[in-house]
Amino acid sequence: MQFSERRKRVGSRPQAELYGQPLQFYGQPPLENISLTEFETFAVDRLKLLKTVENVGVSYLKGSPQYVKKLVAESKNLNFPYRLESGLSEPDKRRKDHISHFILRLAYCQTEDLRRWFIQQEVDLFRYRFNDLSPKQKLEFLHRNNLQYDTIGIEEKKALKDKLLNSSPGVSGITVEDQDFYKVPFQDALDLVRTRKVYLKAGYVYIPHQEIVTIVLNDFRTRLSKALALTARSLPAVHSDERLQPLLNHLSHAYVGQDYSIQKNVGKISLEQIDSLSGKSYPLCMRHLHQALRENHHLRHGGRMQYGLFLKGIGLSLEQALQFWRSEFIRGKVDADKFDKAYAYSIRHMFGKEGKRTDYTPYNCMKVILSNPPSQGDYHGCPFRHSDPELLKQKLQFYKVSPSGINQILELVKGMHYQLACQKYFELTHNIEDTTFSLNHPNQYFLESQKVFGGGRDLKREMDATQKAKENSVVKASNVKQDSWSNVI
Amino acid sequence: MPLSDYDPASLPDLLPLYYRRLFPFSQYYRWLNYGGVQKNYFQNREFSFTLKDDIYVRYQSFSSQIELEKEMQKMNPYKIDIGAIYSHRPNQHNTVKSGSFQALEKELVFDIDMTDYDDVRSCCSAADICSKCWTLMTIAIRILDRALREDFGFKHLLWVYSGRRGVHCWVCDEAARKLTVAARSAVAEYLSLIKGGEETMKKVVLMDPIHPFIRASLAVVNKYFLRYALQDQDILGQKESVEKVLALTPEDILFNNSHPLIFRTVSLSKLKHSFKIMLQYCYPRLDVNVSKGVNHLLKSPFSVHPKTGRISVPIDIGNLDAFDPFAVPTISLDRPMEAEDEENAEETKENDKDAADRRKIRGDEV
Repeated sequence: MQFSERRKRVGSRPQAELYGQPLQFYGQPPLENISLTEFETFAVDRLKLLKTVENVGVSYLKGSPQYVKKLVAESKNLNFPYRLESGLSEPDKRRKDHISHFILRLAYCQTEDLRRWFIQQEVDLFRYRFNDLSPKQKLEFLHRNNLQYDTIGIEEKKALKDKLLNSSPGVSGITVEDQDFYKVPFQDALDLVRTRKVYLKAGYVYIPHQEIVTIVLNDFRTRLSKALALTARSLPAVHSDERLQPLLNHLSHAYVGQDYSIQKNVGKISLEQIDSLSGKSYPLCMRHLHQALRENHHLRHGGRMQYGLFLKGIGLSLEQALQFWRSEFIRGKVDADKFDKAYAYSIRHMFGKEGKRTDYTPYNCMKVILSNPPSQGDYHGCPFRHSDPELLKQKLQFYKVSPSGINQILELVKGMHYQLACQKYFELTHNIEDTTFSLNHPNQYFLESQKVFGGGRDLKREMDATQKAKENSVVKASNVKQDSWSNVI
Repeated sequence: MPLSDYDPASLPDLLPLYYRRLFPFSQYYRWLNYGGVQKNYFQNREFSFTLKDDIYVRYQSFSSQIELEKEMQKMNPYKIDIGAIYSHRPNQHNTVKSGSFQALEKELVFDIDMTDYDDVRSCCSAADICSKCWTLMTIAIRILDRALREDFGFKHLLWVYSGRRGVHCWVCDEAARKLTVAARSAVAEYLSLIKGGEETMKKVVLMDPIHPFIRASLAVVNKYFLRYALQDQDILGQKESVEKVLALTPEDILFNNSHPLIFRTVSLSKLKHSFKIMLQYCYPRLDVNVSKGVNHLLKSPFSVHPKTGRISVPIDIGNLDAFDPFAVPTISLDRPMEAEDEENAEETKENDKDAADRRKIRGDEV
């Protein structure tokens, strides 16, 4: 329990003033009654907004004009504040923003994964909005939120000029002349301190106005993280309200993206199709794994998990999976008995038939990219992330990707946009100009690929149906009793 | 007292005398109690003891100075470590609901170990030290002390000789004690310059322009460098070390000088390369892991070092160049001791401790 006494909590403000500001830290929960309908609508709308934030963040560089344009459009669409600089967002939009944020806290505080996702999107949303403010509004925001950042006077700035120039990359003589510099306690700017990219004196770092955003964002992230932990503790009280519990459950499952564990296509794939499917519709990571499996008649645990769950996601049944792995492993050094003893168990485990019977879900891209990096002798992971660029190039050449296409992919890899690189690979191998989806799951790649090849019209309808079903169950047109927030938070 | 006089086997006889007559309990308690401002601060502090036969006991805690004295005199620990202040009394941690027992605060600490410099010192290696390589510690203390005070604004620093091959720093400011793990790690990385391990020779990476912190550190290194590297360590005297230096020197400099005494060149770009080498040889090497953890246990000041018999004494920063690790009081002073010697030894310790304490316990903490 680390704590800092430096800052005092903002006291509760009068209601009228609460929506006088274009942007807020969500420090205080709303203190009014709302109808269940509003409760649900607000929550779903914000979820849509956050989902857009996530997609747009994958498809475009954060902060680029296209990025901003898309977010403005979506915010407008969903009746959230937009065009913050001109102060045009009316109080009712701000009210919706405020309330919907707190509702989602309830839904997304429960597990580590949910919290991480929620915090990430909220931080990105906040960043885009903060950058949209005018400099004057930014200052006002800092002061209103008790961020003890004072500017230094002109004399002091002049005296420190050389030191400031020499410590911060990106600070030029002009920056020092024109911009205000803030004194920030070093504990609030740890990333800058850690990398020694800032001037530090007597416990304060001196940062130019343009960099204040980073600080503010970190502060926002920390506050939100703490708040979610607190919220999780009061959840039992919330869950005891029968009207809210089913809704909150739906919310946390609905838009975080499909996990492809709902196997509508079980049995639709036959084992004979797998080789050709691997060339046509597998994402690069799975193609790589499949090839390694065929060549070596073996895969290590990491590879078996990643590929095995993917196969489950595309529709292999447990029996098919057992047959698939067994027949391949037998070709190698493993005999039938050993397979049944050692490997069959883990395959059944994947399908939830052993141990604690968790039905494991296929890994999404984030998981493949971020966890369990492959080492010597492993074939799992994301080739765009984990392969040496030279090897990746060779592999793409082997798979007959055009040289210009390969270059585009390598550029994206250099910029660490692994999922975009995979999307580009999709475009090049399917001969289409622009993908309509934002790639975040290998099974999603597979389904989209099947759609393109026409054989997946059923799949498409199923996907849409699943989505619609979820949407409908979430927005109930009930208008029963009104709810009081003070019980909830 | 020469090291050969000390016999580790005599510890069981010497320790009781040490803890009964010489260990400065009242100053020690006054330090760790921090003026009694925060409730149970001393009571919730973890100590760990290493006893005879390498028996290690953690989660020791004491409710008062008297209890501390009694226990130490009863157990006669070979080594004492100080840990964090916890949410509950450490010696009752088993009774606390799991998850509630947390490390809350601790001084910010640094550990500089001479072994980490083995690739750049030729006089000694591993656990040995001598007057030639001790300069490295002097340089380290000066650089870090300046940075901690001037850059970070800390005021209450206690530098301690570890008893064998290094020094520790205890930063006792309230703000320091309350730092999070992330903050401690950021401070340690700010102060770190030498990166890389066994496989890389070039361990110093300098940015352009040179950060004020590095500039200030270079000024310190500069003062000591010629005497240390060229004389004491004689880095150009032996073939092996010359090769090391050459490996660090960019080619264009080599071709411009017939003699690899590049340190004497004047032009700016060449100066910068010589900076890198100076830093490589002399810049402090910290173990970031020691500084990161709030619950990390570090050797206590006034603890005996069982292998050398030397007492972990505070170092007077005001008189740093005169500090001689070989003249540090050892526990074997306790043996047939003249009354006078005993008083002197006690006085030295009390003076050092008081000076250090006075620096730490100031008005704003009481």
